[in-house]
Amino acid sequence: MQNKQFIVSHAPFWQNGSKISSRSYNTIIAAIPALLLGFLNYGSPAVGVLALSISSAMIWELVMNLITRRSVTIGDGNAALLGTVFAMLLPATSPWWLVITGTFFTVVIGKQIFGGIGSNAFNPVVVAVAILMVSWKDFFDFDEALLNYDFEFIAAYPLAQVKHFGSSAITSFNTVDLLMGKQIGGIGATFGLGIIIGGIYLIIRGIIRWEIPVSFLAGVFITALLFNVSDSAKYANPVFHICTGYTLIGAFFLATEDSSSPVNFVPMLICGACAGIMTVLIRNIGMYVDGVIYSILIMNLICPIVDKIRPKALGKVV
Amino acid sequence: MIKRSFIGMAKPQLLCEALESVLPEPEKISISTRATLLLKMPPGQSGWKNSFSFKEGDKVITGQKLAFAAKSSEYVISSVTGKILSIKPFEGNFGQMYTAVLIETAQKEEKENEFKQTVKNVTLENISKYLLNSPGCSSLRLLSDSAKPISTIIISGMDKDLLVTTNQYILKSDINAVKKGIEILKKISGIDKIIVAAPRHLMHEASALDVTVKTVDLNYPAAFPELFMQNALGITLPAEKSCEDVGVCFLSCESVASLGNAFEKGEIPVTKTFTFIKKDESRVLVSAKIGTPLSDIFQGLGVSLKDKDRIILGGPMTGSAVYSEDYPVMPDTDAVMVQDSADVSCVSDYPCINCGECIRICPAKVSVNMLVRLLEAELYDEAAEQYDLNSCIECGLCSYVCTARIPVFQYIRLAKHERARVALGEDNPVEEKNAK
Repeated sequence: MQNKQFIVSHAPFWQNGSKISSRSYNTIIAAIPALLLGFLNYGSPAVGVLALSISSAMIWELVMNLITRRSVTIGDGNAALLGTVFAMLLPATSPWWLVITGTFFTVVIGKQIFGGIGSNAFNPVVVAVAILMVSWKDFFDFDEALLNYDFEFIAAYPLAQVKHFGSSAITSFNTVDLLMGKQIGGIGATFGLGIIIGGIYLIIRGIIRWEIPVSFLAGVFITALLFNVSDSAKYANPVFHICTGYTLIGAFFLATEDSSSPVNFVPMLICGACAGIMTVLIRNIGMYVDGVIYSILIMNLICPIVDKIRPKALGKVV
Repeated sequence: MIKRSFIGMAKPQLLCEALESVLPEPEKISISTRATLLLKMPPGQSGWKNSFSFKEGDKVITGQKLAFAAKSSEYVISSVTGKILSIKPFEGNFGQMYTAVLIETAQKEEKENEFKQTVKNVTLENISKYLLNSPGCSSLRLLSDSAKPISTIIISGMDKDLLVTTNQYILKSDINAVKKGIEILKKISGIDKIIVAAPRHLMHEASALDVTVKTVDLNYPAAFPELFMQNALGITLPAEKSCEDVGVCFLSCESVASLGNAFEKGEIPVTKTFTFIKKDESRVLVSAKIGTPLSDIFQGLGVSLKDKDRIILGGPMTGSAVYSEDYPVMPDTDAVMVQDSADVSCVSDYPCINCGECIRICPAKVSVNMLVRLLEAELYDEAAEQYDLNSCIECGLCSYVCTARIPVFQYIRLAKHERARVALGEDNPVEEKNAK
C-alpha cells in the first residue's frame, strides 16, 4: 500500500502531442507530389538519387551521433527530411559520390558540427548545395546534366535560356506547362503545382509559417516585375521567375527551415521578402543562373539580428 | 488532455471549465485515522524540533493553533481532535521546508473556543492571528503588509487553471458567506474599491454582491492576475513588480467565503472544497478537512492508483506533482488530479528547434525561443535583462505546445527561484559549483 511509486514531474502535465518526428515526416509527406512527378519525368535514376540521399543522410547522422557520443537521433526524422529535400534539388543524373558528398555537407557540415538539430545557423541543405554548386558546377548545369534525356517538352533550363538569350528565348514556355512540371530542373523542384500543394499542406498543419513563403514569393514577384517593366526584352516576367528554378521549393521548403528562419511576425516578413528580392537580383544582375540558394544563405546570416524586432513583452517598461 | 488539432495553423483553444448549471453536491470525505498538518518553516530555520509550542504525544483539539515557540507568524490550525504522533521535517517544492505534524484522530471531536471569544472584534489583527490557515486564505496576509499598501481588492470567482471549478462553485453556492466576507473586508481594510471577477455564466450570482463586477473570459489563461488587470482594469503590471506592489490584492472567492463563515459561525473554517479530476478527466467536487491524506480521498471516491501514475495538486497546467499518497490536503489545494501512467507526457533532452509555437501562444509576448537558450545555460540575469524573464506570467502554455518537449516552464520557474534566492543573499550552490 505504502510502496506505490508515482511519477513526479513538473507542470504542465499536459502536452499537445506535437513532436519533432511528426513535423519531419509531415514535411516529407508534403514533398511527395513534387517527387512523384520527378520520378515520372526522370525515371529510375531519380528514385535512386532520392533513396541514396535519404539513406546516406541518415547514416551520416548516425555516424556523427556515435562520434560525438550523443544519443542517437535518426528517429526524429530530421536526417531523412534533409536527405529528401537535398535530393529534390539535385538533377536526376547526379553520380552516387555527389549525393553522398552532398549529404555529408548537409548533415555533418550543415547541421551536426553546429550542435545538431536546432543549432544550425544556416539551412543545412542550402549550405550543401551551395558548396556543391561552387565545387562541381557542371553537375548543376541542368542542360548539361540532363542532356541524354528525351523529353516531351522543351529540354532547356528556362533560367539559363533567359539569362543567355533574353526574354525572347522564353516565349515558348507557358505558365501552365511550367507549373505542371514540364521543364527540366531538380528532381523535386520542377512541379510547381505539387510544391504549392505540399506547401499549403504544411501551412495548414502549422508546420511552416505562411509569412515566409508568401513574403518570399511577393519579393520575387515585385522585384521581377520592376526589372521586367524597365527592360522587358532582357528580363523575364515575374510569373516566369516564380515558376522556374528553385523559387517555389525555396519558398516552401528551404526558406522555412525552423532553425535558420526567424519566428516573430515582422522579421519573418522582412527575411522572406529580402530573400525574394535577392533571388531576382542574383538572377538578373549576378553571374549565377539561379539565385535562390545564395539569397537564402545570406538571409540566414542576418536572421538572428532581424529576429530581435519583436513585440514588447507584457509589462516591459523600456 | 487536449491535443493539437489537424489544422495546426489555428491557435489551440484552451477553455477553462464552466461550472454546470445544476449545482453539483460536493462529495464529503472524512478522515479515517490520521491527519497531517504542514507548518511552513521560515527560511534558514535550524534546530527545528525544540522550537514548537507543542510536542509529540500532546493532545490537540479542533481549531487549536499550532505554532513555533519563538516569535514567528507561521502557524497551522488543527483541523481535528487527537494526539500528535510525530513531528518531522518535510521538504516541499523548490526546497520549501515544512514541519509535518501527524495527528491520530480521536473518536470525539472537541472544539477550541479561543476564536469565538474574539469574534466580536473583527480586526485585521485577529484575522492574521487566526485565519491565515483557513481554506484559500493565505493571501489575506497581503492586507496587513504595511510596506505595500493595498488600494484595490480583486475577488476572483474564476479558477486559474483548466478543469478546476472550485471558486466558481463557492461563488454560486455560498454567496451569502461571500457577501458577509466582503463586508468584513471593507470594514477591516477601509478599502472601498472591491472588484469581483466572475465568468459570464456566473454574472447573475456575482451581481447580487453589491460591488463592481468584471467578466473574466473562459479562455485560458485570462483568469491570471496580470492578464485580468490588463484586460479588465486597463492596468499593465510592470514586469519586475507584483500585484501588491501596485496596490492590487487578489483574493480567491473561497478565502472571502471562509472569512464570512468564520465570523458568522464563530469558528475557524477547516473544511476545504476542491475539484477532484479523475483519470478520465471527469470531475467531482470534494469537501474534506485540511490535513486529510490523499489516500483517504482516493478511497472515498473509489479511485485506485497504480505504479507510475501521477498525483497532482492543482490543475493540469500549473499544479505540482507529489510522490506520496500520504500528502495532505492543504489550505490552498484547489484541485487534486490523478493521471494514468499512459497519459503521462515526458519531457525530452532535445534543444529548441526554433519552431516558434511558443512565441505564437505566449500571452505575455515573451520571446521564449531565445529565453530558453539562455536558461539552459543558466544565464539567468541575462535572460531577465534581454529576454523578458520577468514578464512571464507562469501559465505553462510554452511547455504545453513545445515540439521539442523542453520543460520550458520549469526552466523559467527555476530561473525566477534562483534569482530570488540570489537577491535574498542566500548562498548559491549552482554558481559555486561552476566556479570550481
